[in-house]
Amino acid sequence: MTQDIVAKPIPEADDQSRPFFEAAMRGNLLLMKCGSCGIFRLPARRHCDECLSDEFSWETAAGTGAVRTFGIMHQRYHPGFVADIPYNVTIVELDEGPQLPTNIVGLANDEIRVGMRVRVEWELHGDVALPKFRPV
Amino acid sequence: MAHPLRGVAAVTGLGMTPMGRIFGKSETELAADAVRLAIADAGLQKFQVDGLLVNAGISNGIGLGLQNYLGLKDLRLLNHMNGAGSTAAQMVQYATMAIAAGMATHVVCVFADAPLKAGTSAGAAYGGAAGSQVRPRGIGGLYPAAGYFGTNTPYALAARRHMALYGTTQDQLGVIAVGQRAWAAKSPLAQMRDPITLADYHASRWIIEPLHLLDCCLVSNGAVAIIVSPAAIARDMPNPPVYVWGMGQGHPGDSRRAGTTWETETGGAIAAKTAFSMAGVGPADVTACELYDCYTYTVLVTLEDYGFCEKGEGGPFVEDGRLGPGGSLPTNTGGGELSGYYMWGMTPLSEAIIQGRGAGGQRQVKNDVILCTGNGGSLSYHAALVLSPHRSES
Repeated sequence: MTQDIVAKPIPEADDQSRPFFEAAMRGNLLLMKCGSCGIFRLPARRHCDECLSDEFSWETAAGTGAVRTFGIMHQRYHPGFVADIPYNVTIVELDEGPQLPTNIVGLANDEIRVGMRVRVEWELHGDVALPKFRPV
Repeated sequence: MAHPLRGVAAVTGLGMTPMGRIFGKSETELAADAVRLAIADAGLQKFQVDGLLVNAGISNGIGLGLQNYLGLKDLRLLNHMNGAGSTAAQMVQYATMAIAAGMATHVVCVFADAPLKAGTSAGAAYGGAAGSQVRPRGIGGLYPAAGYFGTNTPYALAARRHMALYGTTQDQLGVIAVGQRAWAAKSPLAQMRDPITLADYHASRWIIEPLHLLDCCLVSNGAVAIIVSPAAIARDMPNPPVYVWGMGQGHPGDSRRAGTTWETETGGAIAAKTAFSMAGVGPADVTACELYDCYTYTVLVTLEDYGFCEKGEGGPFVEDGRLGPGGSLPTNTGGGELSGYYMWGMTPLSEAIIQGRGAGGQRQVKNDVILCTGNGGSLSYHAALVLSPHRSES
């Protein structure tokens, strides 16, 4: 990993997401699974948005999915990204259902396609591992 | 049988401040200017106003305190509303219902915004705290960590998905921008009046692909106020009334999970059913569209959701230029938010009122049935009005 000249905004865990970020450091993608209706969700919330149950378990996702949609960013918003412009902003839909914001790595921007199959890999930023996706 | 609320209320007053890079007045002061103009335009005295609905823009500069700044006493209706870009149309809806219920007579609906500061860009006004060095907390922090910033990003993602699913092209988005600029050239209110070509569109810089600069709306300071009154007395007021024939809302939500379709199917599809049904008309009856156009893509997907064409056919539908001057479906006849001015939902609503009055000058179009829409969030919130200069068809 190269050192960022200006730090990117790297998330820190809150109580809801701590298991996710701890598992990420071990290379596992954790999801919440509703204890009532079985729907998977990202660990952002206590209640299931389908059935409003607050019972859940942590499950390890397969780590595979498909590109839902993407854009190529040219606008400077955060100084930490200036060196990356133009960079892709991508929504990946995991095979378990949840969609998460990420970036495709290992592929030129103009080769990214909606529907492309991808697999998670982890990019280390200090004590935080961020999920990125590479075509399979 | 006609819907009982069809035609019970009309827009009778319109007040607009200068809009754009207007500095030196606060949101409250801009709002007061617009309200004063609207009251005069409606031929009312201030004491006759008994309802006030307030909508603050991104700079969040007005609220319930506006009542006292305006010195409005004995109000029967007061609220600070927020449905993002759908608020303006929503305010007319709630005003209409209050009037129908006998709760209020003359309801002022006002929007004011002043996100632009001297010496800063429009992008900075809407970029928020994107440069913050504070670490974002929780799973939501994955968005900035991926470089996902601003309002441009979700709309680019939505447009990309439409392109992938339906083959919508960059040219088709560009035609919308070119057509609306041609309308703006005819409007003295518009901020951007120099005509553009499709080549100009393609040459404009990328913001986030597939959105060029010319796919994105302006950012404006200013204020717009309107007055909604009972239809029974509207005809005796100074300006031609613009009657509310139909109203609808749609807010489909986004699960951010497999099965969501927020990118390509908006709340417009739901609002259209309610509003057209109440008005007793369909898309074939619409003679002019004033559609919320934060981006070119918003126009395209809205046309599909209102049934002007099939889902996915928005690109070919707009391609022949039918939305522009001389086209078969005049749309955003003041240039819209792309080229006219950006007052959130007051942009399409104010132009719908001007057209409904027949006051469009060089840009006046057939105004018998005007569809006016509002959209907010990331295609999240939607409200619609069907407006007409006729109280009923007969």
